[in-house]
Amino acid sequence: MKIGVVTFPGTLDDRDAQRAVRIAGGEVVKLWHADADLHSVDAVILPGGFSFGDYLRCGAIAAQAPVMESIIDAANGGLPVLGICNGFQVLVESHLLPGGLIRNEHQHFICRDQKLIVENIDTAWTNGFKLGQEITIPLKNGEGGYIADDETLRRLEGDGLIAFRYSEVNPNGSVNNIAGLRNERGNVVGLMPHPEHAVEPGFGPDTPLAMRSGVDGLTFFTSVLNQVVNS
Amino acid sequence: MVKQVSTVDTTKNAKNTPDKEQPWRELGLKQEEYDRIKLILDRRPTSAELAMYSVMWSEHCSYKSSKIYLRQFGEKVTDEMKKNLMVGMGENAGVVDIGEGWAVTFKVESHNHPSYIEPFQGAATGVGGIVRDILTMGARPIAVMDQLRFGAVANPDTARVVNGVVSGISFYGNCLGLPNIGGETVFDKVYQGNPLVNALSVGALRHEDLKLAKASNPGDLVILFGARTGADGIGGVSVLASETFDADGPSRRPAVQVGDPFAEKVLIECCLELYAAQVVAGIQDLGGAGLSCATSELASNGRAGMRVQLKEVLLRDESLTPEEILMSESQERMMAIVPKKDLKAFTAIVNKYEVEFSVLGEVIREPRLYINWGKEEIVNVPPRSVAHDGPVYERPVAYPAWLDNLNNNSVNHAQLRRATNPSELAEQLIQIVSSPNQASKSWITDQYDHYVGGNTALAMPDDSGMVRVSEETGLGVAIATDANGRYCQLDPYNGAKLALAESYRNVASSGAVPMAVTNCLNFGSPENPEVMWQFKQATAGLADGCLELGIPVTGGNVSFYNQTGDVAIYPTPVVGVLGVIDDVARRIPSGWQDAGNNIYLLGITRDELDGSVWSEVIHDHLGGKPPVVDLAAEKALAELLQGASLQGLLASTHDLSEGGLAQTLVESTLRFGMGARVWLNEITERDQVDLTAALFSESTARVIVSVGREDDVKFVGLCEARTVPVLRIGVTDASGQLEIQDLATWSIEELKNTHGATIPELFG
Repeated sequence: MKIGVVTFPGTLDDRDAQRAVRIAGGEVVKLWHADADLHSVDAVILPGGFSFGDYLRCGAIAAQAPVMESIIDAANGGLPVLGICNGFQVLVESHLLPGGLIRNEHQHFICRDQKLIVENIDTAWTNGFKLGQEITIPLKNGEGGYIADDETLRRLEGDGLIAFRYSEVNPNGSVNNIAGLRNERGNVVGLMPHPEHAVEPGFGPDTPLAMRSGVDGLTFFTSVLNQVVNS
Repeated sequence: MVKQVSTVDTTKNAKNTPDKEQPWRELGLKQEEYDRIKLILDRRPTSAELAMYSVMWSEHCSYKSSKIYLRQFGEKVTDEMKKNLMVGMGENAGVVDIGEGWAVTFKVESHNHPSYIEPFQGAATGVGGIVRDILTMGARPIAVMDQLRFGAVANPDTARVVNGVVSGISFYGNCLGLPNIGGETVFDKVYQGNPLVNALSVGALRHEDLKLAKASNPGDLVILFGARTGADGIGGVSVLASETFDADGPSRRPAVQVGDPFAEKVLIECCLELYAAQVVAGIQDLGGAGLSCATSELASNGRAGMRVQLKEVLLRDESLTPEEILMSESQERMMAIVPKKDLKAFTAIVNKYEVEFSVLGEVIREPRLYINWGKEEIVNVPPRSVAHDGPVYERPVAYPAWLDNLNNNSVNHAQLRRATNPSELAEQLIQIVSSPNQASKSWITDQYDHYVGGNTALAMPDDSGMVRVSEETGLGVAIATDANGRYCQLDPYNGAKLALAESYRNVASSGAVPMAVTNCLNFGSPENPEVMWQFKQATAGLADGCLELGIPVTGGNVSFYNQTGDVAIYPTPVVGVLGVIDDVARRIPSGWQDAGNNIYLLGITRDELDGSVWSEVIHDHLGGKPPVVDLAAEKALAELLQGASLQGLLASTHDLSEGGLAQTLVESTLRFGMGARVWLNEITERDQVDLTAALFSESTARVIVSVGREDDVKFVGLCEARTVPVLRIGVTDASGQLEIQDLATWSIEELKNTHGATIPELFG
C-alpha cells in the first residue's frame, strides 16, 4: 500500500507524515514538488508547513507546482488526498475544496491540543471514526481561519461536506467552527489540525490517562489503508 | 573630458597614501588597535581591510575583553570531563558524544541589541543565526529554546518589545520547522533599555558527519550560497553589539538584519543533502561580520590562504561598495569549501533546491587572504591576524563600591514583615504565583510550535525540554537553561553557580544525566571596572561549578555593553545544561499524574529569602546574599533521581527554585489538573523554619517528587541509602483542589485562572 507524501520547499511536517504512514502500516513514497510523476501511489498526503514561505497567499504558489497538476487530475479521478494545515490551504488554492483560510482572528500563531468532532465518516480518511466522535488533535497555525461565502456555506452544511468541527474552543475564528472539509466524492479531505502529530504514544497530546499518549490521529491513516485494501 | 578614476582604495593606493585620514574611530576601533593594524600590514589598511578588521576585532567577534576569563572553561577540566567532548570551545558550537554513534551540538547566543531597536527582526534573526551555527557543525537542528529578559511590565515600551520579540521568534522558528521546547521569560526594570534575547539551538549528527569550518586544501573552491548579499546588518557586530546605547543617539535600525525563514529552511535541507553527498570539505555560516568573518576564519582554521574575487558575490543591491559587501550581515548565507572535482555534484544539489550560489575564488597554500575588486587588489592580509590574533585586553576590575551595602541589607536586616496568619500567607502565595515572573507563560509558548518533528518528549511547562534523537532506541537529550540576575547582582560568583545548579537540577529532574554546559554571558560595559569584576566573578563561579559537577563547558557567547548610559543590567549569565537519556519513554514530567501518590520533599529548607521572589513581589526588596550553593548535594540529588527513575519509581519530579515550595506546588497541580493535600508542619519542625520560609524560601538542592504507594518503601530506602533528606509532605488526590493544611484550599480552576491570566492581560 503506497502512500505519497509531498515535499514542497518550506514543507515542515513531511517527515512526521511519513512516520504516521509507517506506523499505520503503509509504505511511504516521497514525492517532490517539481516532479509531476506520482509513482503509482494509492493515496497522497499534502503535509503542513510554510510551502514557498507562505508568500503571496498560503498555499498559492504550491498549488501551481508540477506535482499538483497530477494530484488535481488524480483527485478528480478518485485518488484519496489528505491536506493537513498548509496542505489544506494548498487544496483550497487548487479548488479541490471550496472557501479560503485567513489570518487567525486573534492575530497570533497558536499551538494547542484541540478537540474536534468528527462530522462525517463517509470519506477515505475518516471511515475508521464513529460519527460524532470527539478526538484530540494538535493544532498549530497562524492562518487557519476558515471563510466561505453564504452560498458555499449552505452547500457545505446541506451536503454534509464538513468533516470536522472545533469543539469547546474555536481557536482561530473559523466560520461555523469548521476545522476540516471533504469533497462530494469523499476522497479529498483537508483540515487545519495535524493528525500526524497524534499517532505515536509518548509524542502526541496529553490524555486523561497519561501524558502525550493521544493517538487519535492514527485513524486517518488506517482509514485510508483500509479503504484502499477494500476497493 | 574627465577621465574615469577608480574610487576603490587598493593596496597599492594604501602604500602610496600613508597619511590618508581613515574613519577607524567611527567603525569602533581604538587608536592602539588602528596602530596595530598598520604594524601588521606594514602600511595603512585599505578601506576594505579596515572594514574587515573593525568588525572582526569588535568585542562581539573577538572576545577581546573576555578571552582571558573564558580560558578557564578549557583549563578547569579533568580528563573524565573531556571524554565525551568531540569538539570543545572555539568552534561554531561544541559537540558531545551521546553514545550509539550519535553526537549532539548545542549553543546559546545573544541577539540583545538588535532586539531592542527592532524587536521582531532582531529576535527572528537571533533564531536564524544560532540555527546556522548548529547546521555548520554538520548537524540537523532538532530544537530551539529562548531566554528572554524584558523591562518592567508597567512600562509602556515593554509591550512593544515583548510583542515584537515573541512574534519574531514565532515567525522565524515556526517557519523553520524546529520545535521550541522551552525557555525563560523574566521582567525587571533593569532590562528596560536593554532587553536580553538569547536563543539556543541543539542539533544531532552521526559521529562521522562532523564538519569543521576550515579551508585547508589548496585548489578547493570557495563558494558563497544561499540568499543574496544586501545592505542589511552592515556593522551589526561593531556598531550595535559592541557599544553602549545613548538614550538620545541616532536610530540604528539599518544595522539590524532582516530574516527570511523560508530561505533558511531551504538552506538547511540543501546543506544536509550536500553533507550526505560528501561534496563539502569545509563549511561556515555567515552571521556576525559576514564575509569578513567567513573568509578569514575558514582560511585561518585551515592554516591556509584564499584568493577571492568580490565582484562574484551575488547582490540584492548593485550599488553596494566592496566595504559594505565585506561587512554586510545579510542572513541565510553559507560559505562552502568544495573540491573542484565535486563542483558538478554540488551544483546539482543547490540547483535542486533553487538556491543561488557563486564561486568566489579558491584556497591557496600561502597563508594570506587576497581579495580583489575586479582587477584591483583591495585586501592582502594574514587571515589569522583578522580572525584569531585580535587584541586581548586585561581590563581593570574593581570591587563594586555599592556591593557591601547591598549585601548588608538582608531581608532580616531590613526587617521585612512576615505574614502572621494563614490567610495572609495564602494571599501572598496567590500574589506570588500570579506575579508576572511567576505566572504561566503559556500565552508566549502557545505561539511556538513544539510538535513539529514528532520527537518532542517534554516541552514547557516541564522543567526541561526533551527531544528524541534516535527513533530506533529512544535515545534522547534534555536541555534546561537558567539565570537569576537578582542573585548575580548580590553575588556574581555564586549567582553563576546557582544558575548552573538549577539547570543541572532541572535536567536531572527529567530523568536525564547532565553531560555538558553552554552559556550566554550578558553583562554591562567591560569598560566599567565594576562590571568587569562581576564578569570575572561569574566566569570563575561557573568554571569552578562545572569542575565540581564534572561537566564541561562546550561553548558559549558573551554579550557586553548591555547598559543604557551608566546603568548596567544585572549580571545575567544564562547557563544551559544538556543531559542524555537512554530512552525518552522514561522521562519524568513536572506534574502529578495519578491520584493517591505520596508527595515527598527532598533536600533541606533553610531560611533563605534574600534575593527571593517573595522579597521582590511582597516587599519590592533586593539585598543580602543569595541562597547557599551546595553542589555536592545537587550531585547526590541528581544521582538519586537517576537511580529512582531507572527503577521507574517517580511519577513526577519538579525542582524548587524561584518562588520556593509554594510555586512548585501550584505548578505541579496545574500541569495535569491533579489535586493534592499537603502539610507543612513537618518541614517547619525538622528544618526549624517558619511558614514563610517553608513556603517561599529558595534553598537549593530541593525537588518534590510523587511516588506511587506501592513504591514507597523502595523509594524511601533509596533516599536513606544515598543520605538525601526525605520528608513526606502530602498526597495527590482527585479532589479538584490544592489544600495546604491549616493554610488554605484552592480549587484547581481558581489557581489556573490566577496563574494563567496575568500575561494575557498585560500583553494579549
